[in-house]
Amino acid sequence: MSSPEQWTHPEPDAAPAATAAKPTAEQVIAGLRATDEGGADLVQLLTPEGERVTHPDFDIDITPEELRGLYRDMVLIRRVDREANALQRKGQLGIWVPLLGQEAAQIGAGRAMRETDMAFPSYREHGIAWTRGINPTELLGIFRGTDQGTWDPVEKRFHPYTIVIGNQVLNAAGYAMGQKFDGKVGDDEGEATMCFFGDGATSQGDVHEGFVWAAVYDAPLVFFCQNNQWAISEPTERQSRLPLYQRARGYGFPGIRVDGNDVLATLAVTKWALDECRHGNGPILIEAFTYRMDAHTTSDDPTRYRLSDELEMWKLKDPIERVKVYLVRQQWADSEFFESVEADADKLGEELREFCTNMPDPPAERIFSNVYAEGNPVLEAQRDEFLDYVSGFAGGEH
Amino acid sequence: MPQYKQFPLPDTAEGLTEADILTWHVKPGDTVTVNQIIVEIETAKAAVELPCPWAGVVTELLAEPGQTVEVGVPIITIDTDPGGAAAPVAPAPAAAESNGTSSGKIGEEMPGGRIATLVGYGPKSGAAKRRARKDAPAPAAAPAAVVAPPAPAPVAAPVTAPAPVQAPGGYVPLAKPPVRKLAKDLGVDLRALTGSGPDGVITREDVESAVSAPAAPSALSFVDNGSRERRVPIKGVRKATAQAMVDSAFTAPHVTEFLTVDVTPMMELRARLKNDREFRGVKLTPLAFCAKALVLAARRTPDVNATWDSAANEIVYKDYVHLGIAAATPRGLVVPKVRDADRMSLKELAVALDELATVARDGKTAPADMMNGTITITNVGVFGVDTGTPILNPGESAILALGAIRDMPWVVDGEIKIRKICQLALSFDHRVVDGQQGSQFLADVGALLADPGFAMTY
Repeated sequence: MSSPEQWTHPEPDAAPAATAAKPTAEQVIAGLRATDEGGADLVQLLTPEGERVTHPDFDIDITPEELRGLYRDMVLIRRVDREANALQRKGQLGIWVPLLGQEAAQIGAGRAMRETDMAFPSYREHGIAWTRGINPTELLGIFRGTDQGTWDPVEKRFHPYTIVIGNQVLNAAGYAMGQKFDGKVGDDEGEATMCFFGDGATSQGDVHEGFVWAAVYDAPLVFFCQNNQWAISEPTERQSRLPLYQRARGYGFPGIRVDGNDVLATLAVTKWALDECRHGNGPILIEAFTYRMDAHTTSDDPTRYRLSDELEMWKLKDPIERVKVYLVRQQWADSEFFESVEADADKLGEELREFCTNMPDPPAERIFSNVYAEGNPVLEAQRDEFLDYVSGFAGGEH
Repeated sequence: MPQYKQFPLPDTAEGLTEADILTWHVKPGDTVTVNQIIVEIETAKAAVELPCPWAGVVTELLAEPGQTVEVGVPIITIDTDPGGAAAPVAPAPAAAESNGTSSGKIGEEMPGGRIATLVGYGPKSGAAKRRARKDAPAPAAAPAAVVAPPAPAPVAAPVTAPAPVQAPGGYVPLAKPPVRKLAKDLGVDLRALTGSGPDGVITREDVESAVSAPAAPSALSFVDNGSRERRVPIKGVRKATAQAMVDSAFTAPHVTEFLTVDVTPMMELRARLKNDREFRGVKLTPLAFCAKALVLAARRTPDVNATWDSAANEIVYKDYVHLGIAAATPRGLVVPKVRDADRMSLKELAVALDELATVARDGKTAPADMMNGTITITNVGVFGVDTGTPILNPGESAILALGAIRDMPWVVDGEIKIRKICQLALSFDHRVVDGQQGSQFLADVGALLADPGFAMTY
């Protein structure tokens, strides 16, 4: 009974070739690949064509003003992303991690959070940072190598970017367990935690451990996986034999797949998930089904591993266009509104350029100053020696 | 006042030291806006488009397409205040002075004492300069004295020697590693050169001028001194092609078979289809017919469309045909693919081939479009060549060469007639494809071209 062929129950009268119950490996892969459409379980409220559809479990009342706000968020964060990408190409940033295509997943999830909720990002969550009230300029130092993000994680309720893949899932699980121990869970005023990671991170042990701990402690934690289909050059089908949201079942909590390019559906599902968590019914896994339209980072060349027709297909599912179409169709926005958003975006882009090119280089002493909270004599001696050495050079302060 | 700014080549990935200029999208005199794409460069990692950092007017392009530029070296001068006074012609020195933050080579000290650094990481050949210590004595001519050879006694002075060539193992001339490599590549003996750089360091220009300098006329006139030869660094597509061909020729045992076919019926069908409404505007080439015949014949002989996977000790049979078309482009030989060619009609194939050729000729074939082919056609006929022995594209098991179609005498029903004759050559990997299958496949392709009606029997 060691052959994998024997692990499934043989179909009566099964044809020697593959059947629906016993697909070949190629058919499994093809089926996963066909998840371009997200499958039957995909929660969607706004189609790529901008048609509003309903869902029996996750519907949402949205005012014109709210939807205009979501549209504005997405346009602005896309501009931030494109501007930062260009700054890297101009030599002003060492690297940039583009979010292009994932605006709806991030804005929808971010806007579902309350001020009291806590967020643990990976390194592509520029849109979440935006919804937490963090000025995009505060992200630039991380990618210029001058600081590690300048926001106050406690005040903004937004943890620093985590570069190690999946590591933040453990931090988030621990934090959410703490919320539960502190009695901040249980009613409508409860707190919850959001943890952001990608499809690639789901192959990491850290994510598994986070799932296990959050599950057994009923932690108020929403695992928000942005499945952008590519873990750098590795497609999802080579990392999982089943859709990612179905993994939650094995850990004992619900998993939902939402159209990550649909800001309304993402908002609705995330709001529900956060409410479940704050009432003590966590954790929950959300798989936001989306697509990374640009490279993994500015150091990556996606044309080496993926076909351009895939990109073309996803262009038709643009998260911003469908909202624009819907706004126009409903007569909820006029050209004046769209122009003002464009103007705001231009202004934001200019601020970003200005800020980036004028960023001061950090002092050499910074290497030592952020290591221990209360100092350390050995390190201080090293620091003094190094500063003395550096000051021996002519010109400049370092 | 016009204000000139120079844009230094950035490190677009982590740790790159240089890039090749592919194409400029602007020329001097053009008005540019912030973030407008001005140039496409090719790094070791990718072809990348660079956006313009400032709005203004392009004054000068400082690098030619094809040129390899070190990171940090200015590539374009832009006048960011063209509305000012009349633009002087020579802007470069002014730019170096006026713009302390974003111009100048990395490592060079700017006014204000700031050292221009590249934001990013990685080594910088040639640019990283050690900074002076504050109270170090003036380094005057000291280094020259240090590196001077330890004055060897003039043993039996060789008067005839044209250049002071030292014995191996002696004094090593000063040159940066990339320059050493360049000299090695070009066959230049560094010890024969005098450096023009600081402290007598031999520069890239020294090496290049040593190559281009006409050698003294020699009595031995049949010895070519190199001036009538042209050396082109092996890189990019040419390098990839060479590697692929060598890999292929030395791993797959090639067998080549030939077949001469009377393709008159095919050409007649082509003439008829050209007048057909469905084929209006479609560029229906003999290549399209050949492609169609190939995918039909491959159905009967799937071996030619299979792959030898030596790592897994398996032969991989494929239920799809990604048909490669070897195309000559300005960047060299590329083999873009028609995906799932076996599912295409003749018309779809013709359209796909036309598109493929246009994209390839423009040098815009994406790397992804060149991967994962299963079988290839090389259309040597377009060069007027009758046939050849094509070398397999690595990983594939067969390649078909389509020769020129000529009017030739041919025996038809015992009489000599003038017919359209074409030669086919099929090379295949003998590990995967036996002579019987290879011959069957070639005969099938030939039969389909000789009488397209045979397609009815497939």
